[in-house]
Amino acid sequence: MDTLKQQWFGNIRADLLAGVVVGLALIPEALAFAFIVGVDPRVALYASFTIAVIISFVGGRPGLISAATGAMALVLVTLMADHGLEYVLAATILTGIIQFILGLFGVANLMRFIPNAVMLGFVNALGIMIFITQMPYLIGAGGMTYLFAIVTLILVYAIPRFFTAIPAPLVAIVVMSSIAIFSGVKLQSIGDLGTMPNTLPIFFLPDIPLNFETLKIILPYSFALSVVGLLESLLSSQVLDDMTDTSSNKNKEARGQGIANFVNGFFGGMAGCALIGQSVINIKSGGRGRLSTLTSGVFLMFLIIVLGDLVVKIPMPVLVGVMVMVSFTTFNWGSFKFMKQAPKSETLVMLTTVAIILYTHNLAIGVVIGVVLSALFFVSKISRVKIKQEGNLYKVKGPLFFASTTKFIQAFEGVTENRIIIDFEDSQLWDESAVGAILKVQQQLMQKGVDVKIIGLNTSSKKLYEQLI
Amino acid sequence: MKIAVAVDGSENGLRAANHAVTLAKYLPEATLDIVYVADYDKAKDERLLSQNAESLALTREQKVHPVVERAKSAGIQAKMTLLKGNPSQEIIKYVEKQSIDHLVIGSRGLNSFQEMILGSVSHKVVKHAHCPVTIVK
Repeated sequence: MDTLKQQWFGNIRADLLAGVVVGLALIPEALAFAFIVGVDPRVALYASFTIAVIISFVGGRPGLISAATGAMALVLVTLMADHGLEYVLAATILTGIIQFILGLFGVANLMRFIPNAVMLGFVNALGIMIFITQMPYLIGAGGMTYLFAIVTLILVYAIPRFFTAIPAPLVAIVVMSSIAIFSGVKLQSIGDLGTMPNTLPIFFLPDIPLNFETLKIILPYSFALSVVGLLESLLSSQVLDDMTDTSSNKNKEARGQGIANFVNGFFGGMAGCALIGQSVINIKSGGRGRLSTLTSGVFLMFLIIVLGDLVVKIPMPVLVGVMVMVSFTTFNWGSFKFMKQAPKSETLVMLTTVAIILYTHNLAIGVVIGVVLSALFFVSKISRVKIKQEGNLYKVKGPLFFASTTKFIQAFEGVTENRIIIDFEDSQLWDESAVGAILKVQQQLMQKGVDVKIIGLNTSSKKLYEQLI
Repeated sequence: MKIAVAVDGSENGLRAANHAVTLAKYLPEATLDIVYVADYDKAKDERLLSQNAESLALTREQKVHPVVERAKSAGIQAKMTLLKGNPSQEIIKYVEKQSIDHLVIGSRGLNSFQEMILGSVSHKVVKHAHCPVTIVK
């Protein structure tokens, strides 16, 4: 891994430029995520600024971009609706504490137990949910609203073909907002829904009663936020590792996410995590080091403070158009091919994850159930044990452990020979249950007067067997 | 003579590779560079569709492997190179840097609308690469 100096100043020019590009790319989404949660735009903009700046110092993956995100916003929706902003901020602070502790305990090492079927379910459900959240702004709205949303959508896909220096969503927003303002079309704008920040965020304590009741309200949200935030952050880190052919410290990243959210909550920001899309933009734009992340946050805040009066004039349908594109890119379209090629159990895990998330509106629950389900499938898959009889030779095929012993024992119930040999050459004894099962078979057969001989145990199986008997 | 062929695991890429192998076989002292570019734009989706970094590496290797085998069995000195980034830009940079004498590349055969949306790698390469380019259809 590079030295800290290299991580900061190894790529100054490209990092500064990429940071500016990413800062621009962060604004539309931060605004839209604020509307998903139902908070003032400043809550998401402050979050994006604070998180990006802090994570640039304490994160484990240089070049990773963290800010307010759709995944975290979706978790916060009901908390905001039921209890209000102060609880959102408190939940953010608690999330930071939980993530930091999980990072201390090496939570990143658990990532490899999450099968990609679950991750696919996660991103697909996320894409669908972001899409659904945009619908209230469209359904029942006038023709002009549809027109602006659709033209914006076409623009964000068409612009990159001709021009890639500035993120397409931002170009589309500038163009469409100008058209709306100069043509005098009446559209709902960001200013109708909230106010823009005109200062840097300041430190304050969330105004909540510090009691058990509060904890009971925010704890489930903080757990869900921790899981969702770490999942997306660590996935993004892996994507960046691959893109840049470098490694990163994932547990440090987890702790960094914790620190960033903890501080962020005190500065009036909603919980956030890494953004895959913006991180990829950063790498594509040449960003590699910590300086790129810092620049993105600082530049975002600078623009908002300077241009806040213009930002409030952005029409909502334009933002909706951009978010529809974000939902399309979040969704993994390769999943349909995956469903054709992958084993049925994996397809089922993915679809279950998506269904649970869409039903519960909780990304964390879907992921947890998806992981449990795929673990069960895995155990049932590897617990298949076959016993093949060749005269008085019984060949065992497959591992013997707690989940496969029942079938093993059953296979010897109908033995009619006086003398049998059990061959373990294609098997492996994993635990006490395995040794116990062999013992049981021996005893049962002995009672029937059958002589049992065991052969073919490999070294570790023999060791376990001899240790226990 | 240094011949390079860009492959992407597709049918067209394979056809291009076959052609490149044929060329290399008949040209004196030809070596073959088999170039695969992992597209930045697909980095997220590729990562999601594979279980871990190792299986992702295997998937990429599988795309290039048949070509390496074919070159070997034709008795050609071949090596493979994995690049990351924007496919057309990386191929152009590689041709320049390695002073490739001849580049072979497949064409997806897109219609003009698809080309507007997806962009044609072979067209961009032909336009900007500083060496003779054969496009295999």
